[in-house]
Amino acid sequence: MARYTVLGAEAIRKKGWWQAHKWLILRRISQIGILLLFMLGPWAGIWILKGNLSSSLLFDVVPMTDPFVFLQMLATGYGAIASEAVTGALIILAFYLLFGGRLFCSWVCPVNLVTDASFWLRRRLDIRTGANFLRNTKYWMLGMVLLVSAVSGTMVYELINPVSILHRGILFGMGVGWLVIAGIFLFDVFVAKRGWCTHLCPMGAFYGLLGKVSPIRVRADDRSKCDDCAECFVVCPEPQIIPAILKGEKKGIPPVILSGECTNCGRCIDICGKEVFHFGLRFDQSKAALSKQEKNAALLKQKL
Amino acid sequence: MSDSTSNKPASKGRRRFLIDSARTACGVGLLGLGIGIYSKSASSMAPMAIRPPGALDEADFLASCTRCGLCVRDCPYNILKLADVGDDVPTGTPYFMARTDPCEMCEDIPCIPVCPTGALDHALTNINDARMGLAVVVDQETCIAFLGLRCEVCFNVCPIRGDAITLDYRHNERSGKHALFIPIVHSDACTGCGLCERACILDEAAIKIFPMHLAKGELGKHYRLGWEKKNEAGESLVTPDQEHRYNLPEGMRYDHTGEGLIFDQANAPAMTTPDAAMQETPFSSNPLDTLKKGIQEAD
Repeated sequence: MARYTVLGAEAIRKKGWWQAHKWLILRRISQIGILLLFMLGPWAGIWILKGNLSSSLLFDVVPMTDPFVFLQMLATGYGAIASEAVTGALIILAFYLLFGGRLFCSWVCPVNLVTDASFWLRRRLDIRTGANFLRNTKYWMLGMVLLVSAVSGTMVYELINPVSILHRGILFGMGVGWLVIAGIFLFDVFVAKRGWCTHLCPMGAFYGLLGKVSPIRVRADDRSKCDDCAECFVVCPEPQIIPAILKGEKKGIPPVILSGECTNCGRCIDICGKEVFHFGLRFDQSKAALSKQEKNAALLKQKL
Repeated sequence: MSDSTSNKPASKGRRRFLIDSARTACGVGLLGLGIGIYSKSASSMAPMAIRPPGALDEADFLASCTRCGLCVRDCPYNILKLADVGDDVPTGTPYFMARTDPCEMCEDIPCIPVCPTGALDHALTNINDARMGLAVVVDQETCIAFLGLRCEVCFNVCPIRGDAITLDYRHNERSGKHALFIPIVHSDACTGCGLCERACILDEAAIKIFPMHLAKGELGKHYRLGWEKKNEAGESLVTPDQEHRYNLPEGMRYDHTGEGLIFDQANAPAMTTPDAAMQETPFSSNPLDTLKKGIQEAD
């Protein structure tokens, strides 16, 4: 057991500051950059992205529609959806299926900036108490959202969806909406650790379902180097998914995080001084497996 | 009972699972109920908020609008706004206020084709066919046209001038010698753009845009307007009226098709002037005589 003393100190000492913050910085650039691309239009008349995360146009040509919003639309029973929304939803769906469902949560969603700030403050204030939610509460929320849409015949959740409220509010202006965002911030600080994104947000649940099958994953191929410092466990927004993979060598669990809950934020990669983690594909890439594959291929050739 | 003791850990786990699930279901269910109830009140539009051209009826609009704001971005006059949380318009949906920012009725309607879902109906290509709402002259007590003053601003700014708003000339009873120029809105041409409402010179507009369902009455479905049906069929659809037989003095006829009473002068040389004809009627030219006659007979 080598518990850390200062979070991230070892990683900075061994890898340098940049390597210890690379994915965090890239993630912030992505989150803020997407907002800026949307803002360039109204600010400077340069229309790269127009609209907001619910639906948008890339270069005034490529339609994009959030598949979660699209799913709510389907749930309302509205039948005459124009083709742009269908195409747009398929484009976004394909993107997140490929790059990781909850990539949306950590690389795109503006609420992540708010809840990460909450998490930071929570740690600074050393608040350890809070409400407990079942891990799967957000999936219940997803079911509830679709049910309420179906019963009412309108996209009810979009009345209060903090993700669309914040993104729309930043781009189009808002007043009272900021109270909702402040509420999320305070909720995450005082009521529940990682309360909104990890436990409640139905949008995260939807993208989590997509993430179950996406090929780009965090891998822990060098898990034997782990010295149990638990820093990854502290920074991970979904820490429950780490131990089984990190300690599962004897049980034959593959060294790759396959859970849909993983947001591909890469913070574990940054924080680990032993360089246990890296981004890779979900398929087994260990040397043994690769040589096995080669053998199989050779056998196949011989047979042919 | 040995079975139940050996099952204890499993049943404890199951019990825990059921209780946790019930707890979550209860919380999420309550939240859902709250959102549902909130949506009821949040979905009631303020009557002064008007949807962009081509908007589906409100129920379909709220089922299909993703609140992306593309219509807002492509409106060249920047009239459209997205509702904030707590506004009298469902969160995030587009609307405009006619009094301050009316629709300028662009010929190419740029707000419609960008709508990704068709919440703004792509089939609408002629802006004159838009029905965003309907202009209503709401207050005849303050509209200065009704006071006998010349204004006609709403009539003159109307983009479909002469069709959507016409002027009705009426006698000015107050002055006894002037005309009133009364604006009349016609729902078969008015698009509800709101230019008239913005232009109204009063401090509070006397002509306002209302959503169709507030502005219009609706005739019962069972009503058939006889005269229209008659025109469509080219003839009366019921048995023709029995021609009334008048007991008229010689030389007089009654024309049922509209002429009314006719003095057949050729056949009645004695009655050369209408005055003479009047004298031939059994009634006095002074209606009072008839009344007095009734009183006299009663006596």
